[in-house]
Amino acid sequence: MNEIILQIDGRKVQAKEGMTVLQAAQSIGINIPTLCHHEKLESYGACRICIVEAETGGRTRLIAACVYPVEENMAVRTRSEKVDKTRKVLLEELLAHAPDSVPLQALAQEYGADKDRFEKEPSFCVLCGLCVRYCAEVKKINAIGFSDRGAKREISFIPEIASGNCWDCKECFPLCPTSYLQAAYVLIEALMR
Amino acid sequence: MSRINSPADLENFRKEILSKKDPEKACIAVCTGTGCLALGAANVVAALKKEINKQGLEAKVDIKVDVRETGCPGFCERGPVLVIYPEEICYLQVQPGDAEEIISETIRAKKVIDRLLYVDPATDKKSVRESDIPFYKNQMRLLIGNNIKLDPKSIEDYVAVGGYSALAKALCQSTPEGIVELVKESKLRGRGGAGFPAGKKWEFARNSPGEIKYVVVNADEGDPGAFMDRALLEGNPHSVLEGLTIGAYAIGAHEGYIYVRQEYPLAVENVTIAIRRAEEHGFLGKNILGSGFDFTVKVHRGAGAFVCGEETALLMSLEGKAGEPRARPPYPAVKGLRDKPTNINNVETWANVPLIVNKGAGFLNSIGTEKSKGTKIFSLVGKVKNTGLVEVPMGITLRNIIYDVGGGVPGGKKFKAVQTGGPSGGCIPEEHLDIGVDFDELAKVGAIMGSGGMIVMDEDTCMVDVAKYFLNFLTEESCGKCTPCREGIRQMLKILTNISRGQGKEGDIKLLENLAETTRDASLCALGGSAPNPVLSTIRYFRDEYDAHIRDKKCPAYVCKELIAFYIDPAKCKACMICLRKCPAEAITGGKNQIHVIDQDKCTNCGTCFEVCPSRFSAVRRISGEPVPNAIPEEARTLVRESK
Repeated sequence: MNEIILQIDGRKVQAKEGMTVLQAAQSIGINIPTLCHHEKLESYGACRICIVEAETGGRTRLIAACVYPVEENMAVRTRSEKVDKTRKVLLEELLAHAPDSVPLQALAQEYGADKDRFEKEPSFCVLCGLCVRYCAEVKKINAIGFSDRGAKREISFIPEIASGNCWDCKECFPLCPTSYLQAAYVLIEALMR
Repeated sequence: MSRINSPADLENFRKEILSKKDPEKACIAVCTGTGCLALGAANVVAALKKEINKQGLEAKVDIKVDVRETGCPGFCERGPVLVIYPEEICYLQVQPGDAEEIISETIRAKKVIDRLLYVDPATDKKSVRESDIPFYKNQMRLLIGNNIKLDPKSIEDYVAVGGYSALAKALCQSTPEGIVELVKESKLRGRGGAGFPAGKKWEFARNSPGEIKYVVVNADEGDPGAFMDRALLEGNPHSVLEGLTIGAYAIGAHEGYIYVRQEYPLAVENVTIAIRRAEEHGFLGKNILGSGFDFTVKVHRGAGAFVCGEETALLMSLEGKAGEPRARPPYPAVKGLRDKPTNINNVETWANVPLIVNKGAGFLNSIGTEKSKGTKIFSLVGKVKNTGLVEVPMGITLRNIIYDVGGGVPGGKKFKAVQTGGPSGGCIPEEHLDIGVDFDELAKVGAIMGSGGMIVMDEDTCMVDVAKYFLNFLTEESCGKCTPCREGIRQMLKILTNISRGQGKEGDIKLLENLAETTRDASLCALGGSAPNPVLSTIRYFRDEYDAHIRDKKCPAYVCKELIAFYIDPAKCKACMICLRKCPAEAITGGKNQIHVIDQDKCTNCGTCFEVCPSRFSAVRRISGEPVPNAIPEEARTLVRESK
């Protein structure tokens, strides 16, 4: 594995080829907020909360730290006006769905996000996909999946699989940043009886 | 048919095909592309064949004629289109009833039928030949020009016009590296939207380590109103296959896929037949043209998600997974289909390849602008006289395309904007019509080339409504994976919907811009990255319309239903009963000699009364941003007609 030298928040970091920017930052104790990221799961890059500003080849842009591989001489800024502003809007968009989510509220405070900026559409789920991916990648059961697309996207338990597996597992419950999952399962449970 | 085992075999095969063609024999080429088929082209073909039989032409020695079903030549507005060779007489809007006259007059008596010719609306001048029609005269049809000349189901037709000679040249006279260099030199840029240099992309894939590599044709054309790739794949599938095979050779791939929409049944059919014919003739399969190069192609039918046009989503879908984009890097050139190096190009990009190999990089280089070379096919639609497919050199102005090729805006209406680049493209106003169309110039004015959609809008178009329409499309077609795209589009659409309903607030434009910026900069793929374009470009050029909606609750184009009303001017109404009878909501009261009145509570603002009121009366008024006058009292409604 080749060593790659990059800069994060002005600090020089030695990283290994194939590492993500998030991993490189964590290796020197720099915290980048995440929602959809989980160590046991493949990088997904969906919530975009981990967005950072990166300068590569003379071009500055936003990249998702959890999926973007480190590059030689890359200069990363994990906080900047642009980064903070972007995270703020993303949080406000998610808070419209899950205003009471504890991790979201904590981040909202940090970035000055207004939970009431957008009209509430309480779906409770922020579609981070932790449950779906955990069930597929770690448990290899696929009892929960995404359905539909775009603004109509949602998670749903597949009753035939869920009925035989979920009751004794429930390992995805604590992963859910909005505690919605448990409620969804209880509902499915009730319906399946 | 025996296999073609060498370039010499190919040349002999071509000569054999040509020798069998009687130059004296007339050929009626009827477009049976999707547009003309919808307009009844199949019936025209049947009627022509029946007529040939009826007039006993098959048995005649002196008069010989063939009917050929071809791909789309582009002039869809005037379909069904047919061209009679060798004279190249072009007849438009042909009906089955015209068959008898075409056979007896044009084929037998060699006379042109005037009423089927193109008439220039400005000069009343008739055009006999296809190339004389202004719609065609102002184009440069390097890629779709052959469509009308060949039956897409016939490999012989393709070989007759020089088909597969580029493949022979590439495989037998050049090295893979040489082909990559050639494509780099030609400066061909990807026609799918982003305009990435094709040669560079090929080089990345070629240099990526790995034994197994793939090439893919992206035929997942999903822009509303766009049908460039469809016409190419339906009308000239072998040109795409030839380009793909050359690319596979250059990159070192032995398997290729054509990812085409299920909704394009004719494209699927024609390209499937083309693959079979090419395999039979040795243009695909093992040891192609005796060169030792092996290559096979499979057709994969996509289920129709717009986002699958994005290359990483397309690859996911091709692998049988949900069609959702994944983060790049790694790029498909490094880690693509089944994690192998993969090169994906759009249909039109691949179709350019045989041209470059045959005519040289310099040929493509000689056409276009400094950074965008060659031609581009656009589907020109909307409020323009000549809708259809147009192929023009890069650098041509928007004005040329809309007015010289397209014939301008119909109905004496004023031009308002042209939207380029599909649903996530931008709207360009009159003031920028003289920019040269290429990848970079369009980006400068806030639009994109996209894959070549071009929608012309006239004064009756509301730009807030346009932005709302495209965002509505995108909110359904976003895959929903990443927050900025899914939520950003949702929120922007909500704001636009409120504005169009007269519920806009001060600060809405700023909020839209804020959301647009986050969606553009933070999204996972190009769908989100470009989704705000319709919003940003309409705000940039038509801010006054936004202001009118928000501040004055007025829709200046009289489109947004919640902000308009219709009113019959009692001084002008002649109680003709037309609007009263046509009103679908039965909202108009009145009678013979009774001035008509619209019941505003029943009216659905459909505008039928406005459209049907005879222009000599023009009694129906559209109202927006001001109160509707009170209805005339019942006792005053009796019409006093002036005595003649």
